[in-house]
Amino acid sequence: MISTRRHQVMAKIKKNRILNTLSKGKRLDGRDLDEYREIKFKVDVIERAEGSAEVLIGATRVLTGVKIEVGKPYPDVPDKGVLIVNAELVPLASPTFEPGPPDENAIELARVVDRALRSAEVVDLGKLCLIPGEKVLLLYVDVYVLNHAGNLIDASALSALLALMTAKVPVYEVSEAGVEKTEEYKPLEILNKPITVTMAKIGNAIVVDPSLDEEEVMDARLTISVDSQGRICAVQKGGSGYFTPEEVEKCVDVAFQKVEEIRSKVVEKVGEA
Amino acid sequence: MPLVVEGKRVDGRGLEELRPIKIESGILENADGSAYVEQGRTKILAAVYGPKELHPRHLADPQKALLRCRYHMAPFSTEERRSPAPSRRDIELSKVIRNALEPAIFLEEYPRSTIDLFIEVLQSDGGTRCTGIVAASVALADAGIPMRDLVSACAAGKVDGFIVLDLCYVEDQEGEADMPVAYMPKLGQITLLQMDGLMTREEFDRALNLAIKGCEQIYEVQREALKKRYEAIERLVGGEGT
Amino acid sequence: MPGERMFEQRDLVLPGDLLARGDFKAGDNAYKVGDEIRASRLGLVEYGEDEVSVIALKSCYDPKVGDVVVGKVVDVNINGWDVDIGGPLEAFLNVKDVIGGQPSPDIPLTRIYDIGDVIVAKIVGFHKTSMRPLLTTQGPGLGKVGRGLMIRITPTKIPRVIGKKGSMISMLLKETRCKLILGQNGYIIAIGSKRGEEMIAAALDKIERECHVPGLTDRVQEFIRSLKGGGEKVAAGG
Repeated sequence: MISTRRHQVMAKIKKNRILNTLSKGKRLDGRDLDEYREIKFKVDVIERAEGSAEVLIGATRVLTGVKIEVGKPYPDVPDKGVLIVNAELVPLASPTFEPGPPDENAIELARVVDRALRSAEVVDLGKLCLIPGEKVLLLYVDVYVLNHAGNLIDASALSALLALMTAKVPVYEVSEAGVEKTEEYKPLEILNKPITVTMAKIGNAIVVDPSLDEEEVMDARLTISVDSQGRICAVQKGGSGYFTPEEVEKCVDVAFQKVEEIRSKVVEKVGEA
Repeated sequence: MPLVVEGKRVDGRGLEELRPIKIESGILENADGSAYVEQGRTKILAAVYGPKELHPRHLADPQKALLRCRYHMAPFSTEERRSPAPSRRDIELSKVIRNALEPAIFLEEYPRSTIDLFIEVLQSDGGTRCTGIVAASVALADAGIPMRDLVSACAAGKVDGFIVLDLCYVEDQEGEADMPVAYMPKLGQITLLQMDGLMTREEFDRALNLAIKGCEQIYEVQREALKKRYEAIERLVGGEGT
Repeated sequence: MPGERMFEQRDLVLPGDLLARGDFKAGDNAYKVGDEIRASRLGLVEYGEDEVSVIALKSCYDPKVGDVVVGKVVDVNINGWDVDIGGPLEAFLNVKDVIGGQPSPDIPLTRIYDIGDVIVAKIVGFHKTSMRPLLTTQGPGLGKVGRGLMIRITPTKIPRVIGKKGSMISMLLKETRCKLILGQNGYIIAIGSKRGEEMIAAALDKIERECHVPGLTDRVQEFIRSLKGGGEKVAAGG
């Protein structure tokens, strides 16, 4: 219910610099209001995982591992596989992260990433059933935040997507004896590629991909996920401030623009690597 | 199973019709402020304690009051009994509800203190985060917490391809999209906005407008609930004697 | 008039309600954005010469220097006592306020004021951000309260308990034969017979609930007399 650390106090001189620079249409790191930091990625970084991807947005670093196991389905959906998304704000990633079970920030992060993947139906869970009611594939997507320099949501969502896109599913043989894992693997079938864009509101300005400093002074943030067919599949407002309906519309416009850029510059390149 | 047949939904409502809503304020003796809301079959109780000293003191914010919010569902509130332990959903909802109410409260008036808000879902039929915010706002005003405006909340969504207002549980589960919104009508400010499901840009815009309209209607019910206690006393007492 | 009034004097208003436009200043329980003054608490709107405020029907206690308050000691440490005065922050009574020089290790501070003691004190220092309410118990009428019934009402209603020119409080004292200690923080001590104290508690509850309806003093007087079984009334009427 409450964070366990002392409130972070930002130096007034820094806060003023951020606001002054914004009033001139720029950000402290020289970016335009609608500009992302450099996005870099690597896939297949953890051989023991069935899928993995590390994404860097500026200095924010998130590693997602996908593990695929066999388990029981949920009783009300006996013929579908299960997608489980978890996020860890690993203590080494920030002086503000404490060891312990996921706090409200880690839980929100995991659920927002999950929402986009689930609403867009990235994976057809119906195809992950081995023995209905008994054995299905469990897709564990574990988001591991390794360095927090702002905008964990976009980096996490992107690394989760790339990890799934490059994941290999073990082939199981189903017989009367049960379920047996073979030596073979096949790629996980991906039906949709939602991309997530987060914007922060600072005073009257709206900036894309907030840095850590910007997150500390922002009034509120809005996260919008758009799928491969241009449909909105997840929205999350965060922070203690507000948006007017006009500001929401403006954010949606910007989101659609940035989603296209990220899709062409990053996601489409995954196959080529 | 179709959810919309000839403009009527599973519970007989029209596409843009709210469920019947009833709000009572000041019903708990100990809390500084409280409210009870019934919206369709959803029943929610909210209570506020504070502002008061926050212990341990080093967790306090020297510049403003902390709003601590606990959203929780009673074990008997859902079709199948649920564990009383807070779920991940309870924790996320506690956070987004807190973020929905913070912009309304003059937190800077009471630095270092805490305002504790408890939202208990006694029976759930969908829309609990919105109904929870509706109850919480009334409880906060009932407690005399200084606010810029009341916060109202309502969800819109997409069911069988139609954009509808105030989804019940079945519509949320079986429908194509759900969009909860919290809004301060006098100030025109959106303080909660989430969406899960699939919507085109155009559907998103229509749903957002519809949800805001729902918020404006519910806002009037919140105001009536706060006024009516005092107006009832006035009527009861004002007629007698000198 | 510096602007436009949107309500009538003493109308019931809610947080967010637009009370006035123009050059008015925002008073208690109201706030100004641009040229609009809105209510921040549920209460009765009051239009002054150049100020618009709201008499809150419920609010927590806002400490002010000079206020006399009733509080309960909740903790004691080497520097003094933490006192709960029902406000957003606990108040503090410095040991130096009671003992002239250095505290002696032989006399535990709990001997002076123990945890659980009820005291009447005056606020001598307060700043919203940097200083919690600082108290003194030096002065007439201040210090520890030995017995009585403690009752809490909304702090903004204390003036109603006093009444115009003291009409309400003198009526309460006369009808119940109790002594009353009023704290600006809404904490009241009634000291008298058990019955008298209970009548005060019932009367204060009525004042709390009906304070927004005119004619309160007479209604409360009638109410107390009805509690007494009308005995006194009959005697007076002959």
